[in-house]
Formats: sequence, C-alpha cells, structure tokens
Amino acid sequence: MNQRAPIEEQIDLPFVESLRISFQSLKIRFGRSIITTAGITLGIAFLVSVWTNNEINLALQESGRQSQINTFEETTQQGISTKDIWLIVMSLIVCVVGIANSMLMAVTERFREIGTMKCLGALDGFVVRLFLLESGFQGFSGALIGALIGTLGAILLGLKDYGLDLFYYFPLLPAQPEDGAMQLGVIVVILLGCILGMILAVIGSSFPAWRAAKLPPAEAMRTEV
Amino acid sequence: MADIVVKTEDVVKEYRMGSNVLRALDGINIEILRGEYISLMGPSGSGKSTLFNMIGALDRPTEGRVYIDGQNMSQLSQRQIAAFRCHRVGYIFQSYNLLHVRSAHGNVTLPMIFAGVSERARNEKAEKLLDMVGLGDRIYHLPDELSGGQRQRVAIARALANDPSIILADEPTANLDTITGREIIDLIKRLNNEQGVTVISATHDLKMLDVSDRIVDIRDGLVERIRNRDEIEIEVGEVGGE
Ligand SMILES: Nc1ncnc2c1ncn2[C@@H]1O[C@H](COP(=O)(O)OP(=O)(O)OP(=O)(O)O)[C@@H](O)[C@H]1O
Ligand SMILES: [Mg+2]
Repeated sequence: MNQRAPIEEQIDLPFVESLRISFQSLKIRFGRSIITTAGITLGIAFLVSVWTNNEINLALQESGRQSQINTFEETTQQGISTKDIWLIVMSLIVCVVGIANSMLMAVTERFREIGTMKCLGALDGFVVRLFLLESGFQGFSGALIGALIGTLGAILLGLKDYGLDLFYYFPLLPAQPEDGAMQLGVIVVILLGCILGMILAVIGSSFPAWRAAKLPPAEAMRTEV
Repeated sequence: MADIVVKTEDVVKEYRMGSNVLRALDGINIEILRGEYISLMGPSGSGKSTLFNMIGALDRPTEGRVYIDGQNMSQLSQRQIAAFRCHRVGYIFQSYNLLHVRSAHGNVTLPMIFAGVSERARNEKAEKLLDMVGLGDRIYHLPDELSGGQRQRVAIARALANDPSIILADEPTANLDTITGREIIDLIKRLNNEQGVTVISATHDLKMLDVSDRIVDIRDGLVERIRNRDEIEIEVGEVGGE
C-alpha cells in the first residue's frame, strides 16, 4: 500500500546521556529532591542511631560499665536486651516503610512525565534507568547523611550514659569478645545503613517506575496528581 | 491512487471499569491521505482523544487494526513502536505536556536525544525550530516561565524535532484565547502547506474548520459523516447568512 521504509528499531541511549538527563532532573527539581532525600535520611538516621546505641551499650557493658538506663534485669546473658531487639526491628520497619513511601510518592507524581517521555520515543528501559540513577544518587547521599546524623545522636546519648569512658571503649571496629555477642562496630553499622538506604531507595523508585513505563503512554499521561 | 498514510479498520476501544464496559470507539473506519489536514469533530466524550491515542500508538485498540504507512501497528515490537513515536509522529496536546524540568530548548532536544542526533546538530535544530515558532528569544526559559500560547509553541517545535510525517494534535487550542488559538492554527496550517506534514487534529474549535481539508464527525464512538472542504465552505456560508 505504501512506499515508505519499514519502521526501524529504536536505539538505546548512551549511558552518559542518561546520566546527564537524570542529574539535570535532580537539579531542577532540587527542592522536591531534597524532601525525598530527607525521607531517606530520617529513616536511616533513626535506624543507625538505635543500632549504634546498641553497639555502644554492648561494648561498654563488655568493659564492665553499666548504663544508667539499662538495668541488670533487662540485660540478657549476651548483653542484648529484648527491648533493644524490639527497637531495632521497629526502626528497621519504620525505615523501610518510610523510604518506600517517599520514593513511591516521588514516582507517582511523575507518571505524566513518564508518559510524555514515551511519546517522544523513550524506551521502557530508559525510563527505568533514569529512575534507577536518580534514586541511587538520592539513596546514597540521603543514607550517608542519615547514618552520620544517627551516629552522632547515638554518641550524644552514649556520652550522657557513660561519660567520657565512651571514647575509650568506643566500638569503632568489629569485635568478637570471648564470651559476648558479636559486635559489628560503628563503621560497619554506618556502611550497612548506607547500603540499606540505597537499596531501599532504588527498589522503592524503580519498581513503580517500571510499572509506569509499561503502561501505554495514554494511560500514564491521564494520571493527575 | 492516492497515498494513504493512516488507515483504521473496525477499530474498537473498550474501557473496563469494574464490571462495566464502556465502548469508547465502536468500529472506526477511516483513511487519511498524505499531506491532508483532517479535523476530528464531535461532542465531548464522543471518542476523539481515544481515536487520537490509537492512531498515535499511545494505546492499543481492543479490536481492529491501525495501519500507518502500510504497517499494521499491532505487529510492531516495543522498539519499533518507540521509534515510530520518535520519528514518524509529532504530538501536540491540549495541556501542552511539556517536561517542566527542562527548558524550551531541553524539551525540543529530547526527542532528538532519543533519536541519537549529535549534540551539535540538535542544538542547531532546536534553535531553528524555536525561532520558527517565534520563541527565538526565550530558548532557555522553563515552561513555568512561559504563557499558554508560548508553551504550545514549544510543544509544536518539539513535535517537529525529528521531522515527522504526521502531526497529531488533540485540541491544541482549547486552553488558549481566540487570538492565540488562531495563531497556533495558522502555524500548524503553515507546516501542513509548506512541509507537506499530514495533520490530524481533534477539536471543538470552529476556527479549525476553514483550514481543514476534511472534517470527520465522530459521535458515540462512530464516524457519523465525513465532509469535504467545499461542503464545509457552503455550510459555513449558510451559518454566516442566517
Ligand atoms: N482511560 C479511560 N478509562 C475509562 N473511560 C475512558 C478512558 N478514556 C476515555 N474514557 C471514556 O471514553 C469516552 C470517550 O472519551 P474521549 O476522551 O475519547 O472523548 P473526547 O471526544 O476526546 O472528549 P473531549 O472532547 O471532552 O476531549 C468517554 O466516555 C470517556 O469517559
Ligand atoms: Mg479529548
């Protein structure tokens, strides 16, 4: 019926272009990016402070000091109280839910943008990659700041409980005392916090972005926020 | 034989909402010729936007086939559909749909980035297109810093970025005042005349009548009638004479 060339296949974007577009998007949306990142920071700060506080308690109890708030009855043989486990689990849940929620919100308000990019020729994979890059960056920076704030909080709390002894016995590095519980050390806790924050942010953003990218553009563009 | 760009065969679109099925398109058959300026008219809810989405590969029909340049759209791969949207069609929407994080320039260059055009060539082209739509002095403004008419001009420049053979415009003047709307229509008509771009436009806007080659009246998801330009002119004359 017609003489025009058959429709070609869409090409993949070079990685640098994707990187550039994602940074531009973070920069112009700076205010909104900060709010999303703050969600990650808060979650990780809470988790890391509880966790580090626990590490500090372990280390100083190991050294024979007693915190004024941890009474003997609460402390199990291994040095971790059930209250501490409860706190850690709770903070983990708050962190996961908080980050997933803030990423989901950030993606949902961009459905229209996703649909528009597809109208202009974006492949589904590009959309996912864009959100992967943005959320990876936000996740890492947010979680790092959060982990540092959390550690600072735990140190202040430790100072109140143990005074300057805290620094003498500070559990910076992993340790395995002969008859005590394994201690991760503050550095590992910070590292784990950063990794967790980044993974949560990336999953929390890429998964909804992937679902939006798979929608026909007409549907993605219909969503009003 | 005339050169057919778009052909729909018994296109049906149903929207499912719970147990309800809404038949937005009820078997649409139209043929659109290369270089034509076609207006889809019809009351609100008649299915114009739905048909627009089917022709532009922005959604899939429930039944029936859409052929563009002789290609059955339902047989294309994901990559081919993306390339089709990128190269063959320029979309213009009622609500502009500009990316608000990108400047006028950034919006116009994006389809060229997707097409793999070099940075230098796309900057040059973006400047040329923005100049052509009369925004030469606002190239780096963000959409939020532009008026409605100016935003629609950016959208038109963006739609032309990869030299499409079809322009799909869904009520491009609906959010604009009469004079600005007129300017936008003239701009689209000029592209149609000078570059031979096929224009398919959904509209309520009677100003669109006298630039159209044919008008397709849509009602309740069906083509009610198709009028040619000469018939339109007579009718407009009659209305004017009343
Ligand atoms: N995604 C959707 N889900 C459910 N119903 C839909 C959807 N999109 C459109 N419809 C329905 O399909 C019918 C046709 O809608 P469409 O948007 O095509 O009308 P239209 O002719 O463009 O109207 P308008 O002039 O107001 O833009 C309407 O009854 C509408 O409610
Ligand atoms: Mg409509």
